Amino acid sequence: MSAVITPQPAVQAYLTVNNVEVIYDHVILVLKGVSLQVQKGQIVALLGANGAGKTTTLKAISNLLRAERGEVTKGSIEFDGRRVDQLTPNELVRLGVCQVMEGRHCFQHLTVEENLLTGAFTRSVGRAELRRDLELVYEYFPRLKERRGSLAGYTSGGEQQMTAIGRALMAHPKMILLDEPSMGLAPQLVEEIFGIVKSLNEKEGVSILLAEQNTNIALRFADYGYILENGRVVMDGAAASLAQNEDVKEFYLGLSAGGRKSFRDTKFYRRRKRWLS
Amino acid sequence: MAGPVSFFFEVLFSGLLAGVMYSLVALGFVLIYKASGVFNFAQGAMVFFAALTFVSLVERGVNFWLAMAITLAVMILLGILTERVVLRPLINQPPITLFMATIGLTFFLEGLSQGIWGAQPHGLDIGIRDEPMEWLADRTGMFLSQFDLFASGIAAVLVTVLALFFQRTRIGRALRAVADDHQAALAVGIPLKHIWAIVWAVAGFVALVAGLLWGARTGVQYALTFVALKALPVLILGGFESIAGAIVGGLIIGASEKLAEVYLGPYVGGGIESWFPYVLALAFLLFRPEGLFGEKHIDRV
Repeated sequence: MSAVITPQPAVQAYLTVNNVEVIYDHVILVLKGVSLQVQKGQIVALLGANGAGKTTTLKAISNLLRAERGEVTKGSIEFDGRRVDQLTPNELVRLGVCQVMEGRHCFQHLTVEENLLTGAFTRSVGRAELRRDLELVYEYFPRLKERRGSLAGYTSGGEQQMTAIGRALMAHPKMILLDEPSMGLAPQLVEEIFGIVKSLNEKEGVSILLAEQNTNIALRFADYGYILENGRVVMDGAAASLAQNEDVKEFYLGLSAGGRKSFRDTKFYRRRKRWLS
Repeated sequence: MAGPVSFFFEVLFSGLLAGVMYSLVALGFVLIYKASGVFNFAQGAMVFFAALTFVSLVERGVNFWLAMAITLAVMILLGILTERVVLRPLINQPPITLFMATIGLTFFLEGLSQGIWGAQPHGLDIGIRDEPMEWLADRTGMFLSQFDLFASGIAAVLVTVLALFFQRTRIGRALRAVADDHQAALAVGIPLKHIWAIVWAVAGFVALVAGLLWGARTGVQYALTFVALKALPVLILGGFESIAGAIVGGLIIGASEKLAEVYLGPYVGGGIESWFPYVLALAFLLFRPEGLFGEKHIDRV
């Protein structure tokens, strides 16, 4: 059985989320103690259905919750050996933690290139270096180079996703929190974007925490995965073993497992999961 | 040379030049609207506050440029305080809440300025006289005020500087980014608080310039706050997000109200000037609600 909570490793993880609880509007409990870790250089997938708490987890890390009346009420978050839960988003970006938000959130009335440039806001560098960084982004996303002068609002969904990732890249991040990059995109495009993310991870050494509903593709590209349900981590493990897990196959990958057909087994699964969490 | 044609041009030009004065006030609105999506009702009060502070300092014997510097400092401080005290607690509230807050700010500023400096009207002399230029009148037969020309010159410089600031600088780009999407701006590490403080400070500076020019023309008195109302049709015409729009809108409003007064006025008994801009604005609201240069709402389907 691969679905065991890994014990605290001897080596300090790059990002450690420790038993974090998030409450919105002082009453709505969304995360009920989430713990997870990302090792340096890893791609870690955060999986789960709508409303499971994936986005909230990412926003708890990037500290964008406060703008939405959310609050981390318990637990701690550490990045690179340092407590970061009280830092502003600006300070976090400077430290190297960048979020690419769900739904792209490009600056619609800025051109693609201007969007990319805003990504470098926290770095006070000269024109030449900005130029070099832009070229690097264009190398990964050649399509953006063609569309550099168009208003981001008029580009396609895929191009906007690329713009959003490229914009984060301009900040020279050490870790990208990537929220639902596949949303609303054609499968082929999703494949392309994940491929680029993977090569960013390998060539630029950016660690990635990825929230995805598309379990199938996420597990193919990730090293490790966590499954969230109702604000709790119910399962975690190496991506390959999660992809082989019968429960994951049945509930997240849509593959029916051979033996289990009856509803009672489903209930058994639910109960078992609760034990595990 | 003087004839109906040159008279027409005289009316047209003096209208255009008067329009620039509206544009100056409208600019302040545009700045804040662009960066925070807030319609700042207090812009008129800021104009009044700046002018009154300046004129009171000058009357107390402070040197012209020093008074200008002090007033500018006060306006920047006011911008920073507004962000701190009014906007920051209201982060993520609907635009109407912020709008109401700026109405509150209006009353506060009006009360504060008159509380400190008194309510009596002041004359303001910035050294440019509001009289026709003789050499122009001699050559073309048109009577145009040199004050108006001076004001347009100032406005032109101001607009160029602001446009460059918004288009070419890192902070300017950040301001436009914030206007588009607060959340995303936060996510890329743009500190909203600083940005808003900056934009209110810049709007304070624009209010100071508008206050000096308007104050010199009409005298510094409470009625100065109402110039904001004339900026409204300018904004509707030009678009709330566009600096160019504020200028073109101002020119159109200025020219059309003067032309309407002169050529249509006699048929309806005059007084057109005071309401014609609003009729024009109404027509625009019906046919082109985003204004001439306003940003179209981009919707993806």
